[in-house]
Amino acid sequence: MAQTQISLTVNGKAVEASVEPRMLLIHFLRDKLRLTGPHIGCDTTHCGACTVDLDGKSVKSCTVFAVQADSAEITTIEGIAAPDGALHALQEGFREMHGLQCGFCTPGMITRAYRLLQENPNPSEAEIRAGISGNLCRCTGYQNIVKAIQYAADKMAGVQEAAQ
Amino acid sequence: MNDTVLTPEQRTDQLEGIGCKRKRVEDVRFVQGKGNYVDDLDLPGMLYGDFVRSPYAHARVTKIDASKATALPGVVAVLTAEELKGVNLAWMPTLAGDVQMVLADGKVLYQNQEVAFVVADDRYVAADAVEMVEVEYEPLPVLVDPLKAMEPDAPVLREDIKDKTEGAHGPRKHHNHVFTWEMGDREATDAAFGKADVTIKEMISYQRCHPSPLETCQCVASFDKVKGELTLWGTFQAPHVIRTVASLISPIPEHKIHVISPDIGGGFGNKVGAYPGYICAIVASIVTGQPVKWVEDRIENLSTTAFARDYHMLTEIAATRDGRVTGLRVHTTANQGAFDACADPSKWPAGFFNIVTGSYDFPVAYCSVDGVYTNKAPGGVAYRCSFRVTEAAYAIERGMDILAQKLGMDPAELRMKNLIRREQFPYTSALGWEYDSGDYHTALQKAMDAVGYAELRKEQAAKQEAFKRGETRELMGIGVSFFTEIVGAGPSRNCDILGIAMFDSAEIRIHPTGAAIARMGSKSQGQGHETTYAQIIATETGIAAENITVEEGNTDTAPYGLGTYGSRSTPVAGAAVAMAARKIKAKAQMIAAFMLEVHDDDVEFDIDRFRVKGNPERFKTMKEIAWAAYHQVPPGMEPGLEAVSYYDPPNMTYPFGAYICVADIDVDTGETKIRRFYALDDCGTRINPMIIEGQIHGGLTEAFAIAMGQEIHYDDDGNVTTASFLDYFLPTAVETPKWETDWTTTPSPHHPIGAKGVGESPNVGGVPCFANAVNDAFRFLGSTHISMPHDQWRTWEAADRLGLHT
Amino acid sequence: MIPGTFSYHRPKSVQEAVSLLGQLGEDARPLAGGHSLIPMMKLRLAVPSDLVDLAGIADLRRISQEGGDIVIGAMTTQHEVIASDLLGEKIPILRETALLIADPQVRYVGTIGGNAANGDPGNDMPAVMMALGASYDLTGGSGTRSVAAREFYRGIYDTALGAGEMLTAIRIPMPASGHGFAYEKLKRKVGDYATAAAAVILTLSGGKVATCASGLTNVADRPLFAEEAAAIVTGSTLDDATVEKAVAAAEAITSPASDRRGTPQYRTKVAGVMVARALARAKSRAA
Repeated sequence: MAQTQISLTVNGKAVEASVEPRMLLIHFLRDKLRLTGPHIGCDTTHCGACTVDLDGKSVKSCTVFAVQADSAEITTIEGIAAPDGALHALQEGFREMHGLQCGFCTPGMITRAYRLLQENPNPSEAEIRAGISGNLCRCTGYQNIVKAIQYAADKMAGVQEAAQ
Repeated sequence: MNDTVLTPEQRTDQLEGIGCKRKRVEDVRFVQGKGNYVDDLDLPGMLYGDFVRSPYAHARVTKIDASKATALPGVVAVLTAEELKGVNLAWMPTLAGDVQMVLADGKVLYQNQEVAFVVADDRYVAADAVEMVEVEYEPLPVLVDPLKAMEPDAPVLREDIKDKTEGAHGPRKHHNHVFTWEMGDREATDAAFGKADVTIKEMISYQRCHPSPLETCQCVASFDKVKGELTLWGTFQAPHVIRTVASLISPIPEHKIHVISPDIGGGFGNKVGAYPGYICAIVASIVTGQPVKWVEDRIENLSTTAFARDYHMLTEIAATRDGRVTGLRVHTTANQGAFDACADPSKWPAGFFNIVTGSYDFPVAYCSVDGVYTNKAPGGVAYRCSFRVTEAAYAIERGMDILAQKLGMDPAELRMKNLIRREQFPYTSALGWEYDSGDYHTALQKAMDAVGYAELRKEQAAKQEAFKRGETRELMGIGVSFFTEIVGAGPSRNCDILGIAMFDSAEIRIHPTGAAIARMGSKSQGQGHETTYAQIIATETGIAAENITVEEGNTDTAPYGLGTYGSRSTPVAGAAVAMAARKIKAKAQMIAAFMLEVHDDDVEFDIDRFRVKGNPERFKTMKEIAWAAYHQVPPGMEPGLEAVSYYDPPNMTYPFGAYICVADIDVDTGETKIRRFYALDDCGTRINPMIIEGQIHGGLTEAFAIAMGQEIHYDDDGNVTTASFLDYFLPTAVETPKWETDWTTTPSPHHPIGAKGVGESPNVGGVPCFANAVNDAFRFLGSTHISMPHDQWRTWEAADRLGLHT
Repeated sequence: MIPGTFSYHRPKSVQEAVSLLGQLGEDARPLAGGHSLIPMMKLRLAVPSDLVDLAGIADLRRISQEGGDIVIGAMTTQHEVIASDLLGEKIPILRETALLIADPQVRYVGTIGGNAANGDPGNDMPAVMMALGASYDLTGGSGTRSVAAREFYRGIYDTALGAGEMLTAIRIPMPASGHGFAYEKLKRKVGDYATAAAAVILTLSGGKVATCASGLTNVADRPLFAEEAAAIVTGSTLDDATVEKAVAAAEAITSPASDRRGTPQYRTKVAGVMVARALARAKSRAA
């Protein structure tokens, strides 16, 4: 099969690759770039375990071809922490609030929550629940995930206030 | 050292022992996307396997032509039953004493059953090759209704055992019969029914559903031809059992099989047994000499791996006029699917269904279960069921509500009247279980007080009047469930898997600097064992939890265990952890005494040290003792500080709980909104309250999903109509209710730290609570029982049948 | 899980896209957001030979006012529809509907054009477009023609789109200011298609319905324009008896599929309930 050249940025690093058009972005990230943070949990674009941040949008990478991501800037869970390794407030919040158990939905969930808080830095509980409605979890029942996101929102607001 | 200035409270806090809301160790890697799940593995030369599957539920396979697939560049092999027969693996034994086809051998028995296994150097090529395998089928008549399975003219499904009149669990009375299992006193029960004032009888069906962990089942098999050794990574809740089974069914001896469960993305009983994918990956690796990865997709997972429930329970309760239960009789038809692959302990083909007397003091009871074959996927024991306890709890809790209705009694009042009393524990039920401890009345009262039960009933009565007057189209339901669970399988006298007793184990080794490593025979799939087992060790040995590494899942290093399912980790492996820790503590005591130059009995343990009795300024910390263990032990004593415990539990444990739910139903759309859900759980000693709460939230969410919409549905032709997340109901954060959790603590008298286990309780108690709430909403209109799931259309239909839409 | 092979094209203009579609033949498909097409491809229910990715065509993403119409480029995402102040002010039913489509991630990528032109009776925008009296710009080898939404849908994946044509823009005559609107959708959960849904656009005058238009989602093999139901309520105060008649008229045109959402009888009744609730809510919003 004829391959297509793509170049994109993933977690701040330039990437050049040659891919089949049908290669799904999730497989490109996991199998080619060995970024195994985002996961595959379904076949029908429901579960959101594969969520990445693409050009400022939360995107289910299982339903995008890698070729569509040419010239894109992608952040996966591996790029959520600060360059010096300091955990993002969300990563801290998920731990503080017990927002994960098996960890499988967590990368997609945190990556989505990251964009949610960019969209809406001070979401209500209902807004958080609607905001993560594209991410399924089987372990936590979501209640502590909501708390984790609230923790992060508060912390990020506090940091911003402190900075002002 | 400045720990001498810490108060005892501070020293205890520092340990992060039992009772502490210790933050989880595992989170550090998971929140950074650095978990190690099976599909993350990438080995040199790794190949990918994928299945050709049958579109038919029942058909002869008359031809398999893999030539086009084999010719596709990148395809390395295509396995069929023919190739597997060569290594005696076309069929494999199940955990229930049956056999199961690994690949279709002459016929297929359920839709999506495995027919051929394609192996290629790339996932995408394997998927293409699957499409190129040409299979010819001759469809056969399909049987999907378990209640029709034993009719005289029912189609023959299992030709391989057609004439066998003896099954693994006793005589077979029909070609689709698997087993009959019974417990209790039939005669005495029939007599009680004969003279009862009031009886109820209802067919209570628990629909087939599926645990659907977010990670599907997968493995990587790597056979080293040079060493003759197999390494198998996989989603195994019971890695040691997988290793033993692999050695029994293959020519590879057990010491040359290395089974590793890395991080697992949820199990819920879906990942206990062995699947064709594991066997085929192993065979393919042996044949090709390369590692072979098999990862199923979601549709494959939902339609072919271990389902849950599918129990049809004709439930009868006898009672006095004033509401005292006098007898329980249940006959269950159990749909086993095409092969009996239930992951039950071997003597229990219907699991612990005889917990069906529940929390109530039945003087006599009798239950029987008939297992039958149908053209559906195999399995049955999964999804937080504790071995059929979910089914039993649903039957008894619905039954008690139906009885309450017939008696004109409030459902909570009926329960109060019949709950086993505190002074009756340990309590031997009419169906043979000895319940360890419980204080049921306190728990139910606490729950009722917390929700303002009496006020809720008043509100409901007012709303019912408003509905009758046409002022509202909403019905309010109040669901009560009081469940007793049975977990911690189990004592060797009655619990074994394929002959291996269901003990569990822990091995703890303290390092010279006072840090430790511990390994257990259980295997977490999200339950937080790396965090909680360390807490037990910390309290028992005085070494801070943060200095203890906990590992599970590598069968080369972990002591033999039966794995994690059935809420057994805390009751069994957790007990082993405590016992091993106590052996270490005992040795530490002797070393401390030696260091302090006093007699062994003259020192006492104090949080994190041993001190001289009556002279507490003289002490040795566990850190100092650890160093001494490697440096200067008493004469005659071996150096080192480690211990192993294999724990054979003396009994099961019996967590219990009181759940109350308030629901509001829109009769014109059938929508149910859960207004409130209050869950009080008693799991004995609470090791990590944060983790317990998380388990309850998760289990209640699963229960909500089951009660309100989940079903693995087959049409009359055996097509699975709910095999993807488009139709299999997994609630999002929007539909999922908010959970209120509470507790009482009634320790288990026989467990070393009094803990009972909790993981499955919320599913056991939750489903009947939701179901009772929905049923309760319609009760005043004369409805007795509406079957689950209570999805919108079925709830609407219930309303329609009651004439509410005219 | 893994799609079949195809060739990939990324034109930079509508002309180029249309020309490609013409050349590549009937197994070529345009790729908009892809969140209807790609899931079908992963199940190998759709096996296009070629995909013509429209993402690089800037012209197709715009929301603008042209005279009395709002024009929305086909590649405008649902997220952009929700975020648009212009749409929020002039055609608020679009934001309400978009928020009920799928989930946040899908809305970032899914396009209003894809949702309108796909031909899946479960798509939400078609019924809304019918209620709004929208028309679609269909561009092919021989130029652009306009087809009314009310005439566009013929059956499952069967629309007025001709060979080599693609939807490039949606034109919506701005509803009168002070209009009432509602999109009522019953679904099993977030992300599900409708069990039944109803769109209503109306205006009031002196307490009575002056104009009304309604569309129904997922209760037939195509979206339905509930003309008679709307006519019945026109001129009324939306009193119970009139609404009941309108509901009956709406129910009468449905022929829902039977699926895991429910029986046809149930879905028809729910469609009626959705119509009644949409009328009530639209009325409450109308000035």
